[in-house]
Amino acid sequence: MIPVSFDYLAPTTLDEALAALAEHGEDAKVLGGGQSLLPVLRMRLNAPEVVVDLGRIEELRGIREDGDTVVIGAMTTYADVLADATVTEHIALLHKAIAEVADDQIRHRGTVGGAIVHADPAGDVGPAVLALDAEMVIAGPGGRRTVGAADFFTDLFETAVGEGEVLVEIRLPKHTGWGAHYEKFVRVSHQWSIVAVAATVRAEGGTIAEAKVALANMGATPLRAKATEVALTGQPATDVAVREAAASAADGTNPPSDLNGDADYRRHLATVLTRRAVLAAAGS
Amino acid sequence: MAKISVKVDGVTYSDDVEARMLLVHYLRESLGKVGTVVGCDTSNCGACTVHLDGRSVKSCNMLAVQADGHEVTTIEGLADGDTLHPVQQAFHDCHALQCGYCTPGMIMQATSFLKDNPTPTEHEVRVGMEGNLCRCTGYHNIVRAVLAAAGEGGGSQ
Repeated sequence: MIPVSFDYLAPTTLDEALAALAEHGEDAKVLGGGQSLLPVLRMRLNAPEVVVDLGRIEELRGIREDGDTVVIGAMTTYADVLADATVTEHIALLHKAIAEVADDQIRHRGTVGGAIVHADPAGDVGPAVLALDAEMVIAGPGGRRTVGAADFFTDLFETAVGEGEVLVEIRLPKHTGWGAHYEKFVRVSHQWSIVAVAATVRAEGGTIAEAKVALANMGATPLRAKATEVALTGQPATDVAVREAAASAADGTNPPSDLNGDADYRRHLATVLTRRAVLAAAGS
Repeated sequence: MAKISVKVDGVTYSDDVEARMLLVHYLRESLGKVGTVVGCDTSNCGACTVHLDGRSVKSCNMLAVQADGHEVTTIEGLADGDTLHPVQQAFHDCHALQCGYCTPGMIMQATSFLKDNPTPTEHEVRVGMEGNLCRCTGYHNIVRAVLAAAGEGGGSQ
């Protein structure tokens, strides 16, 4: 399968990339790591006239600490995130979720920013950044703006990144000392999740002081399981208590029905996977 | 057309390519390196795996223009003259193939994986190779071969 012909631009600075996007408007498509866009182009589900490759822009790569925040450049690959000790120490949930993305080869090319802007509701990065209360920094013709994860994912494959804009970096508040677990349910390895749950927990002794839980593939966007988070607060990290709190994990969700499972099955899965994820994150 | 310069298996090539040309097609059709095969053509099966700057990638899921200025190693560049790479030798010794179509990708992924993890457990091998599908063997001999290669220092090269 061969994509439709397109013009290829490979800017080396963000300003050049923004200029290219401004010039070509909706005819242009941004290429990150390409691990989702290339299949789309090959299957001709999309046929942009211009592809703007961000792969040569060094300023979009890398991981740094900024006080209480870990900042990840949008074009940082999954593999580089997995190898980074700062991520493992301060935002362990992101490491756990990215370890479950596709396979080794995809993780060598795919980028964190690309996954976030692609916004597949079954993706692994979305629920992790949502649970970690990340902020996305978006650059456009009018300068930069910051959008919280809760407002960033707007619909199926839709985000706050508008035409002519580029996701520049992801700012993740440190969750140092928080336990984390990503529970992904698939039929075969390296598949998109049928349902997945990202959980990070601050435990004090045997008690859950704070819990953040987000779900993949339970609606058009990644979703926070707010009712469960509230119910978990102050509870002992025991199977009985967590099971009860997890019973409300699917509240307010609108999961799809497909060949992998209908909506009711997914609602049930969400409660089971939430229990497993929270207990594992709490170290129980 | 775009001008690219890519080092493939130790030799630098400069070519004009269409922007839409996939790396795997560049390797096979422009350079004649047909050792790298197209399997599923949907980025699932891993048969087209090559190394880009030493790390495994699926060459059907990348444009040739993205490889401009980079170094690609294919299955054809792995052996040292007539001496097979330890991973190639291990696949031979362990009979880690039947039809052989997935083998180039399997070997390229195994060499990349062993570089990151030179002494893996069996479970780690199975997880590390999850991006490569084989429809013949049932994987047992492939896993054996990767473990055998690890024992022979296959990850150090």
